[in-house]
Amino acid sequence: MVTAIRRIFKAGFVGFWRNAYVSLASIFVLTIALFVIGATMFINQLLETSLSTLQSKVDINVYFVPEAPQDEIDRITTAVEALPDVAEVTYTSREDALAEYRERNQNDAISLQALEELEDNPLGANIAIQAKETSQYESVARFLEEQKSLEQANIPVIDVINYEKNKDSIDTLTNIINATKSASFIVMIILLVAAVLITFNTIRLAIYTSREEIAIMRLVGAGNMFIRGPFMLQGIMYGFVAGILSLLLFYPLLVWLGPRTEAFFELNLFTYYMANFGEIFGILVGIGVVLGLLSSTFAVARYLRT
Amino acid sequence: MIYFDNVSKLYSDGRSAALQEVTFQVAPKEFVSIVGHSGAGKTTLLKMIIAEDKPSHGSVFFESLDVHRIPRTKLPHYRRKIGTIFQDFKLLPHKTAYENVAFAMEANGRSDAEIAENVPHALSLVDLEDKAWNFPSELSGGEKQRVAIARAIVNQPDIIIADEPTGNLDPIATYEVVQILRKINDLGTTVIMTTHNKGVIDEIERRVITMDGGRIVRDDASGKYVL
Repeated sequence: MVTAIRRIFKAGFVGFWRNAYVSLASIFVLTIALFVIGATMFINQLLETSLSTLQSKVDINVYFVPEAPQDEIDRITTAVEALPDVAEVTYTSREDALAEYRERNQNDAISLQALEELEDNPLGANIAIQAKETSQYESVARFLEEQKSLEQANIPVIDVINYEKNKDSIDTLTNIINATKSASFIVMIILLVAAVLITFNTIRLAIYTSREEIAIMRLVGAGNMFIRGPFMLQGIMYGFVAGILSLLLFYPLLVWLGPRTEAFFELNLFTYYMANFGEIFGILVGIGVVLGLLSSTFAVARYLRT
Repeated sequence: MIYFDNVSKLYSDGRSAALQEVTFQVAPKEFVSIVGHSGAGKTTLLKMIIAEDKPSHGSVFFESLDVHRIPRTKLPHYRRKIGTIFQDFKLLPHKTAYENVAFAMEANGRSDAEIAENVPHALSLVDLEDKAWNFPSELSGGEKQRVAIARAIVNQPDIIIADEPTGNLDPIATYEVVQILRKINDLGTTVIMTTHNKGVIDEIERRVITMDGGRIVRDDASGKYVL
């Protein structure tokens, strides 16, 4: 058994070298396939990052009336925070709101003067709410409307919920995000299927050149595993080498592309590549090895049937 | 040792036949030549013995074993009992002469020590020790056929099947190959060979089976080439 495995390994390695052209062609095609798969991964990452950046810019604001009792404001804030769909709630007190207003209008003398005319701070406290998904703003808004309707008429708390105002842009953004996600998913699947088919065909052709050899091995009385083993090993080697090559190809490309993607998408792909190198290595080399192994196993099986 | 019991092989159209009601047997240590025109059924007959082809009717026995009832997983084991030689040599192109011969032993699960001992021995029997590390593309036709013979005999099979072994060879190489086959036969291995080389048959002076149209038409104990 050990001898047989050793012989299969030796035959696999020797076959890899002696069929150098066939090996090179297979590795070349497999490298391109893995490069395409890697590229879709990076593009997906860019999309995801830019979408979440966009998403974080969307929020619902609740403006409280200036006279709203503080304990009611705290109660609503806590309740909103406890909602499962809510990612973050930012509370701005009346004083902070006023300070912000002054800051924003520091070059607008009329506005500041109008403010001075008033005895009291006209601004109420407010909270900014970010949901985990844009599609969840609807339910958050519904909850807030409910709170508002439960108020006693003589003690108003919530002044304005600006969801309705933001609703259109939130809906549009939700649609864009969903469409982009499913489009990139479909493109990824198509590319993946194409890469798998091309690899499979190349290795099938590589083994087709060996069909005579396989027939001879059978005539000499070699068992199926003894014939198949070296080809399977070669498939694994093609995948491994191609995985490494595609990783090497990405390096200079991402060094060049990194600063550019950072400027546009707020994600430096090169930093991402280096930070997640282990994972990317595992995925690309793993896919390569599995693809090579499966392709060669299927391709040889054809010539082992009687 | 080999027994054909009323074997027929029909082609898929169901009418033309490669073999028709062939019955004969081969005793241990015999040297049998099968002659006949192209298409007479010689190669089909040999393919039946190594279970490369199935008969439409009848059975082929190797000793008491019905060859076509051997399960597929056991076929490699069966084939290791038979050494095969072909007109087109069928060497593995990416292996050296030595590795080609060693492959037959590796496939047989023999130990490295046995391989190191028997492969040079087989190569010396066919007088090719000095070409052991050449690839088939670097050998002449006669040399390739001698490598194929070394591969066929290295596992000490019970029987050697040779399909037109001299078909692609010049007269000198043909003479050498026939001498080697005779030597193997003298050492006790059964040989079944097809050929249409009259000189070869007349020189061997052993049993000759003549085929025509898929039938055995003559079976002479010490035959000449008659067609």
